[in-house]
Formats: sequence, C-alpha cells, structure tokens
Amino acid sequence: DGSDDIEGGSAVENEENTKETDKGKKQATPRTRRGHARGRDRHGDEDDEDDEGGMRRAGPRRHRSRRRGRAAGNEASDSDMEPVKARKNQANQKSKEDDEEDEDEKGGKSGKGKNEKKGDKKSDKKGKKEKANKKKKDKKKSGSGSDSESEEEPITEEELAKLKEEVEEKKKLIATLRNKPWKMKKKLSVLKEAQLFVEKFEGALGKGKGKKFYAYKVMMTKKWMKFQRDFENFKTACIPWEMKIKEIESHFGSSVASYFIFLRWMYGINMILFGLTFGLVMVPEALMGKPYGSLPRKTVPRAEEATAMNFATLWDFSGFAQYSVLFYGYYNNQRTIGWLKFRMPLSYFLVGVGSIGYSFMIVTRTMAKNANDDGGGDDTSFNFSWKMFTSWDYLIGNPETADNKFASITTSFKEAIVEEQESRKEENIHLTRFLRVLANFLALCTLAGSGYLIFFVVRRSQQFALEGLENYGWWERNEVNTVMSLLGMFCPTLFDVISSLENYHPRIALRWQLGRIFALFLGNLYTFIIALMDEINLKARYFLPFTLEEEKIVKYNMTIWEASLYNGTIPENSTAPPIQVDPADVPRGPCWETMVGQEFVRLTVSDMMTTYITILIGDFLRAVFVRFFNYCWCWDLEYGFPSYSEFDISGNVLGLIFNQGMIWMGSFYAPCLPAINVFRLHTSMYLQCWAVMCCNVPQERVFKASRSNNFYMAMLLFILFLSTLPAVYTIVSIPPSFDCGPFSGKTRMFEVISETLEHDFPSWFGKVFGYASNPGLILPFILLMVLSIYYLNATSKSYKEANLELKKKLQSVRIEN
Amino acid sequence: VYRLHGRYYEMAPNVVPMDYTKDPDVKLPMQLIINMPELKENPFKERIVSSFSEDGEGSLSFNDFVDMFSVLSEMAPRELKAIYAFKIYDFNTDNFICKADLEKTLNKLTREELTAEEITLVCEKVIEEADMDGDGKLGFADFENMISKAPDFLRYYFKKN
Repeated sequence: DGSDDIEGGSAVENEENTKETDKGKKQATPRTRRGHARGRDRHGDEDDEDDEGGMRRAGPRRHRSRRRGRAAGNEASDSDMEPVKARKNQANQKSKEDDEEDEDEKGGKSGKGKNEKKGDKKSDKKGKKEKANKKKKDKKKSGSGSDSESEEEPITEEELAKLKEEVEEKKKLIATLRNKPWKMKKKLSVLKEAQLFVEKFEGALGKGKGKKFYAYKVMMTKKWMKFQRDFENFKTACIPWEMKIKEIESHFGSSVASYFIFLRWMYGINMILFGLTFGLVMVPEALMGKPYGSLPRKTVPRAEEATAMNFATLWDFSGFAQYSVLFYGYYNNQRTIGWLKFRMPLSYFLVGVGSIGYSFMIVTRTMAKNANDDGGGDDTSFNFSWKMFTSWDYLIGNPETADNKFASITTSFKEAIVEEQESRKEENIHLTRFLRVLANFLALCTLAGSGYLIFFVVRRSQQFALEGLENYGWWERNEVNTVMSLLGMFCPTLFDVISSLENYHPRIALRWQLGRIFALFLGNLYTFIIALMDEINLKARYFLPFTLEEEKIVKYNMTIWEASLYNGTIPENSTAPPIQVDPADVPRGPCWETMVGQEFVRLTVSDMMTTYITILIGDFLRAVFVRFFNYCWCWDLEYGFPSYSEFDISGNVLGLIFNQGMIWMGSFYAPCLPAINVFRLHTSMYLQCWAVMCCNVPQERVFKASRSNNFYMAMLLFILFLSTLPAVYTIVSIPPSFDCGPFSGKTRMFEVISETLEHDFPSWFGKVFGYASNPGLILPFILLMVLSIYYLNATSKSYKEANLELKKKLQSVRIEN
Repeated sequence: VYRLHGRYYEMAPNVVPMDYTKDPDVKLPMQLIINMPELKENPFKERIVSSFSEDGEGSLSFNDFVDMFSVLSEMAPRELKAIYAFKIYDFNTDNFICKADLEKTLNKLTREELTAEEITLVCEKVIEEADMDGDGKLGFADFENMISKAPDFLRYYFKKN
C-alpha cells in the first residue's frame, strides 16, 4: 500500500510517465485497493463537495493509488483521458473508440483537440442523460476490462454489499454533477474519478460475462446515440424560419416573436389542410375526372366565353377560374371516376368534414399543452421580486431594444408602484363607473353601426348583381370587401380612443380592446354571412317550392331546344337520340355553392391585398417619410408625431385568426381556399419579417407573451366553432344545386354517406349503422358525455381549490415567520 | 465548444492559444469579455463575469468562459441557473441579497430612472414578499423559493449559442 501511495503521489505531477508505470500496477492486488476504496471514497466524496481546491488533489491522489494515473489536479487533465482509458481496456479495440467518445462527452474544458471541443459542446447541450448513458456503457465495458482483476481474489458478501453502495453513490454523483455549481475543472476531475471508480468496481461485481456481447451492445448503443444526436440537430435545422424568428426575438423581445411563431403554426395547419384538399379532391378530379369542356357544368357558357380569359374576370374568380377544379361547381356527381374507381363525392364530403375535425383536434391539443405549461404561474404573491429578478430579457443584444427594455422595466415598476399606492387609496367610484358605462355604450354603438353598414352594403351589392355588374364601376363591384376591410382598419383605433375613458389597468384595458375588436370582426363576418344567406334564400325562395317543377321545366326547355335542332316537331316524351351539342351552349342551372365559394375567395384575396398595402403604406412609407423628411421639418418627426410605427401584435394576431375562420368556412365550397391561404401566409411571413426589421421600432410597453397565448388559442377555437356552423347547416338542411357539384341530384349532401354504406359496405355494416344512428342510442350517449364533462369540471375545480388552500397555508406560515 | 473557443480567441488573438495541450494559464480580463455582443447590453455584465471568474476579479480563463456559457445555455437545469443568478445579484458577495444589493439591482435595471422613494418602496416590497426567515435580507433559500415559482425565469435566462 505504501508503495502504491508513493507512486500515486508522483503520478500527480506527470501524467505521461504514469502511463507506463501504471500499466504495471494494473495487476496489483485488488483487495487492498478495494479496502482503500471503501474507506477513502466515502470520505473523498464528501470532501470533494465541500472544498474546491485542496481536496481535489488529495482525493484523486488517493484514488490514483489504486488506479491509473489521472491528473485530476492538473488543468489539462484531458490530455491523459485518452491514454487512461486505453490502458484500462487494452484488449478491446472498440472500447478505445469508446474512450474517445467518453472524453468527448465529458467535455474538454480547455479544448485539446477537435474531438474534445465537439464533446464539450455536446455535453453542454445534450445534458446528463448522455452522461448517464455513458456511465452505463462504461460499466458494461469495464465489465470486460477488469475481468483479469476480479478473477484474482474471492469477494466476500460484506465487501460486495459495501462496494455496491459506494458504486451507487458514485453513480448518483455522476448523474447530479451537472447541477452542482462547481468550477468546470473540479467537475471534470470529480467526474473522471467517479467514472473510473464505477468502471472498475462495477466490473468486479459483475464478473464480466460475455465480453464480446457487451462490447457489441456498447457499440450499438453508442451508434444509436450518435444517430439520435444527429437527428436532433437535423430536426432543429429543419424548422422553417427559425433563424428569422430568433433574430426578431433578439431585436424586439419575445412578445413580437410570439406572433411569428403563431403565424408559423398556422402555416403548418394550413399546409395540412392544403394537402388534404389538394391531394384528395383536386388532383383526382383533375387527373381522372372528365376533362374541361366535356360536360355542361365544366364549360364556360357561351355567353361568358368572350370575357372568360380577361385578367379582370380571372382576378374576380369568374370565367375560366370559376369553371375549374378550384370551385365546387366543377365537380361531377358520378359515383366513381376513373379506372381507380375513386369515389369523388364521398371523398369531397369526407375531406370537408375531416379538415374541420382535424383543426378542432389540433387546436384543442395545443390549448391543453399551453395550459400545462402555464400551470402554476398564477399567483401574484411575488410580484415585485419577479419584476426585479426576472424582467431583464437576457436575449437582447441590440442597443435600441435594450433601451426600450430599460424603459419598459421602469414603466412596469412605476405601474406596480402606482397600483400598490392605488390599492391603498380610495377613488371616486361613481365617476369611474359612469365613465365605464358610457364607454361601453359608445362601443356598442360603434359595433351596431358597423354591422348595419355591412348589411346595407351587401344588400346594395345584391341589387347591383341583379341589375348586372357590367353597368357599374370598380367601387360598386368591390364595395362589400372594401367596406369590410376599411372598418377593420378604423374601428380598432376608435375603440382605443374610447377605452381611454375607462381608466382601467392597462392589462385589463387590453383585454377589453381585444374583446371589442373580436366582437367587431365577428359581427362583420356574421352580417356578411347572413346577407349572403339572404341572397341564397332569395333565389331559393324562387326555386324551392318549385324545384321539381323547375327541373322539369328546364329539362323540358332543354329538350325543346335540342329538338329545335332537328327542325322537327316537338316530341312530348322525348326519346330522341342524343345530339352532339357543344356543352357551352347548353342552358345552365344556378349554382349557389360556387357563388358562395367565390365570395369567400374574393374576400380572402382582398383581405390579403389590404394587409399588404397597409404594411407598405402604413409602415414603410411612413418610415421613409420620417427618416428623410426629418431634416427639413419643423418638429422632430422621430419622437413626436408620426414617428416610426410599432408592431401591432394584437391587431395582427386577430387578423390572422379571422382570416383562418374565413378559410374554414369557405373551404367546403372552394377547395382552392387552403392553397390560396398557404400562399398568403408564406408571403406574409417574409413580408412582415422584412417590414418589422426595417420599419418598426420595438414597443415601449413590452407585452408579456407568456399568459396571452392561451387567450389567442381560445379565440381561435371559438372562431373555428362558429365557422363550422354555416357549413354544417348547409350540409344538413339545404339541398344542393341540381346542376353542379358532386352532390347534385341528391336531396341532401350527407346522403352520399348512406349511399356509400348501401353500395360499398357489406350489408351488416349498414344494419349496424342503422341501429347506431337510432335516436334512442344517441341520446344516452350525449347524456353520458355531458355527465363526464361535468364530472371532470368538478374534479378540476376541487384541485384548484386545494391548490389555493395550500398557497394560503404557505402564506400564513411565511407571515408567522 | 469549437465556437466558444473561436469567440474566446477572437477577443484576444495574441494571447489566447489555439492549442490547449500544454494547458496554458491564460486569462482574459473583464474589459474584453463585457464587450462581447451578447453581454454588451446586459446591465449585469460585470456581475456575471465576476461570478464566474475564479480569482474574483473578473478575469476569465477558458474554463470559466465555457462554464459561464454552459450555465446560460438552454440546457442548464433550473437549480443551477438559480444558484448563479443569486451570485449575480449579490453585489457585495456576502451570500445574502441585502437591501443595498436590491437597490443596486434596481438602479441597474431602470438606469436610475426611479426616484429615491420609489426605489425604497420597491426594495421594501421585495423583501416583504420573498423573505421567509425574517432576517431582513434574502438568503439563498428565499431566493430559490421565489424564483422557482416564477414562470419567466427560465425563458429570460436562455442564451443562444
């Protein structure tokens, strides 16, 4: 033992020398070493934790007396990690590679070589999981390595147990090493010690069976982990626009970035919706359906042919655009098309329903995830402390942003101080209440006014349509869309002004603002829908009571017209052979679905245009004006009016949400809507990123992003629910047009399901479905769902209450102290 | 680590060696480090650097440098960040955040825009809120307790590499 110690001592100084000598020592008596290990390890452990510098040398030296030279006391201890490991497992080639990886993982503090540097980065980035894994591998490896040693002496039970204990301690130490606030050097040295110890004695315990198998397993695990690491890196690199968003985040703070993250998420959803509609509806029809011009419904009528290719008509989505896969009316109602027997109507129906279902699912899932994250941050018991310690955003690297951050922190402190002071004083309740009531009244007036305006405008456009659109100029034709967009632009500012009457806390004022804007948009949208429905009903009122008659009449007219080509008499029961008539000349029935789809598409396009133009004019031109005219203007443009614009987060988010609502509403009638939206979001992302970086200044009051995320999701869910109502209503109660679309000829659109069940599924399936759709079965099911919702709600309430109780207890305990 | 070494090197190319096999004893003075773009705007940059520095004066060797960035990175666990955050805010390094420390923190955060009575008010409130053992200053336990409940702590201490 004495000799061991001495040799160990000298080994501290010079690693290189110990290489050779240690090799010899490897065969020294394990038992005595173990004895030392037991006693001193425990000691060494505790000591290491308390004392940084001193023990570092003593500890490893003690260990080294039993083990290989490890210059833990030295700074460049990495340099001998490799040889150390190699020595330990001389026989095993693979374990040599393992060593290098080991080194890599533990991390070179002072990057000795490229390997180590990479390793350190990895160890910093990948976390203790890898280290723990590494340790397991080491153990297995060491199982094979220390075979030679363990075979030499029999081990007693007691010693075994104690050894196990120590090994466990070491393992725990390794696992928790990350958390300790020690210097890197110390961590590395302790880590190495612990690792070697574990290796050595784990092997002794395990008796190292199946050397080759372990080695193989070790190699596979290593390869697998490397693969996982690479895959993670690849995944991170694949996230679209990540660098752009990070850049914005560093300049403008996390709140503005959250808008772009939201935008990106929406883009993902729209991509999937696009995939569904494109792949399952548009492509089959384009490839396998009857080509353009073969059927009356697929051809531009003769009357419109002259203008069909004009840009104006195309921009308006009539003409060729109307009679294409983009809209509902093009699709034929054949049950199956093409050689694949693709069931077009069924697919159309299911895609429509499926996209809505998918949207519901994903929004709810994201909400649940956000709720989990938000979870426990609800109490305001540490208000000031948090403001002081957590309000500085360490991500900021830009002086301008930093300035604004300072200002916003100051403002937030002042706000909190004012609140604190206010809570200690009384105010004139009556005056405030009166003002608030007045403000709400004004807001309601504005909302009602805008609703009526839209209604009026839609009515007017109906009149224009009846009289023929060619008589009117651009304004009349696009009146509805422009009015809606203008309202969307000006009313929020009006609400802003009104809210200054209310004298609320800014956060509450913001919520009111968002709520009012939300109501505004909602009101607009619904008035729009109702006006549209009115229009449809107007036509339907003509048609519905006379539908069959009408059909007969039209068909009769058609046969008459056909017969007229014969120049013969008019047969009563026309069984004349079909004449080859150009489909463009056939008289056509009305098609309200395509009309609705067109309206939605036009609205989306005009919304997109308005947004872009607003950005260009409102932000860019304004910035240019302020920057260049500042020199020759009387007052300082940059600080006074108009100054640079800020990025309006809430407005943009709401715009995004409502846009999505329109897409959901319209995609059943116009399969091209998701595609248009994908294009819109894509360009919008680039345009807005550029505009933000170029023309906007960071906000003065930096908006807290964490809590409002769920608020936006909740609104999205609400909008989704609302936008599916019209589509569902039309599917269930309005008969489809008889002359266009995949459901023509049926009395209700959902009949396509029953038709499929009859024809394509075995008969017992239909019976089962028949039983299942029995009201007697559905009502109890609904009842069950309601009960379970109630139950879950009750449990969650009780949990919250228990939570509150505990918090109160904590507070009282604190006060006691 | 490669990148970190690159950055470290950039700051003082004549002093920092590319090759660490001989383990040279190289330390960069605080002035150079606080001029790094990530730290430049940070009001606590001197404190950050000093709390990672071995000799307490703010010079960082490469080990300390890596240490600092590893704690500030996204992968460091919360407890570790809390420990270092405590060190950063403890200006007089007495292992307690006393009222004077709080005042200094507040001044750095708001660039001295608050009036004296506002500052006192805020500091009093902080101590009132977070001090559990009633000694008039924040020990590490108090700090940890308060930070662990904060929703934003982790997010604002992230660092992109």
